[in-house]
Amino acid sequence: MIPTPDLSHLSRDDYDQVYEPAEDTFLLLDALEEDAESLKRSKPTICLEIGSGSGCVTSFIGNILGPSVLYICTDINPHACQCSRWTGKQNKVDIHVVNGSLATPFKHRLARKIDIIVFNPPYVPTSEEEASGAQSSQDIDGAWAGGRDGMQITNTLLNCIEKLLSPCGRFYLVALKQNDVPGIIRRMHEAYCLKGEVVHQRRAGREHLFVIRFAREQ
Amino acid sequence: MVRLITHNLLACHAKDCNTNNFPLAFKDVQLEIREAEFNPEFLRGFLPKLEWTALVDTAKQLGDTSLPVEQPEMLDDEFLKNLHHVLLEIHVEEGSMTCPNCGHVYPILNGIPNMLLAEHEIG
Ligand SMILES: C[S@@+](CC[C@H](N)C(=O)[O-])C[C@H]1O[C@@H](n2cnc3c(N)ncnc32)[C@H](O)[C@@H]1O
Ligand SMILES: [Zn+2]
Repeated sequence: MIPTPDLSHLSRDDYDQVYEPAEDTFLLLDALEEDAESLKRSKPTICLEIGSGSGCVTSFIGNILGPSVLYICTDINPHACQCSRWTGKQNKVDIHVVNGSLATPFKHRLARKIDIIVFNPPYVPTSEEEASGAQSSQDIDGAWAGGRDGMQITNTLLNCIEKLLSPCGRFYLVALKQNDVPGIIRRMHEAYCLKGEVVHQRRAGREHLFVIRFAREQ
Repeated sequence: MVRLITHNLLACHAKDCNTNNFPLAFKDVQLEIREAEFNPEFLRGFLPKLEWTALVDTAKQLGDTSLPVEQPEMLDDEFLKNLHHVLLEIHVEEGSMTCPNCGHVYPILNGIPNMLLAEHEIG
């Protein structure tokens, strides 16, 4: 058992501004824990979490893989960036945090160099205006407002993933049933020859959540 | 908390800015030195991912001249310790980073680099 990261330093005030770990977060942790051994064996050097929020997920990965990996987090919400940094510190994981959108600040320098990419995105279907508004306001609404099919933000990233992943790299994505999981897998295969697999799924209340893992075809 | 290891991975990503957009130039920086745990295994593994000249030049601008101009073949302890210090112990707390190509300025606030672009600047 890998312990769930210590989040006792975060308060209600923080969670008014930053996404509080929930069922989707824990489903992702379960999927990563199941892959712990094979992740270790793949000897990663760079791990990037997009939309790290509280920093819970990267701290968890840091506990699995130890200090010989560079842990990078991005989030559009500046308060989430601070929380990710604190959570790293609290859990003795050295996290490098950048206030930015998706992986864009790294796309030039880390092309085909990232070994692990993780994204629990804003996946709730909303109007496009709502999603765009949340993206520019950089606040807590950006944690869930996903636009058309809940895929507006995720789709932008999906088009860059192949360029970022190292030869043996993996990408873990959280998705909702309404996001059309089989469609996502099919599109990534057709457009980029990336093989996607549902590694975990769970019904949580009204939400049916999935974790998809993508890798190059060997 | 922008450290030189992160700085070495960041490039300008403004619309149509694709060449000569790296390394970003530090300006008006406030530095803090904080000790970090020395991990030679990590450093050895990370070395191939670095842009060496950019790292050496940036360190120099921040007042650290401990790194050789060419990456050495023999990674002895003294070299690795210097590299460790440059990459992980020099923290840029405040200041900004400017793109050498288009001049876009990325501020550093409370130790976190702000790489967000406005809607019309996104490529
Ligand atoms: C569902 S929350 C997940 C938070 C955390 N990773 C977790 O699992 O608990 C989505 C996160 O993505 C961030 N986000 C939304 N759009 C983003 C974008 N374009 N780039 C980076 N982060 C983004 C939000 O601010 C929020 O922190
Ligand atoms: Zn530029």
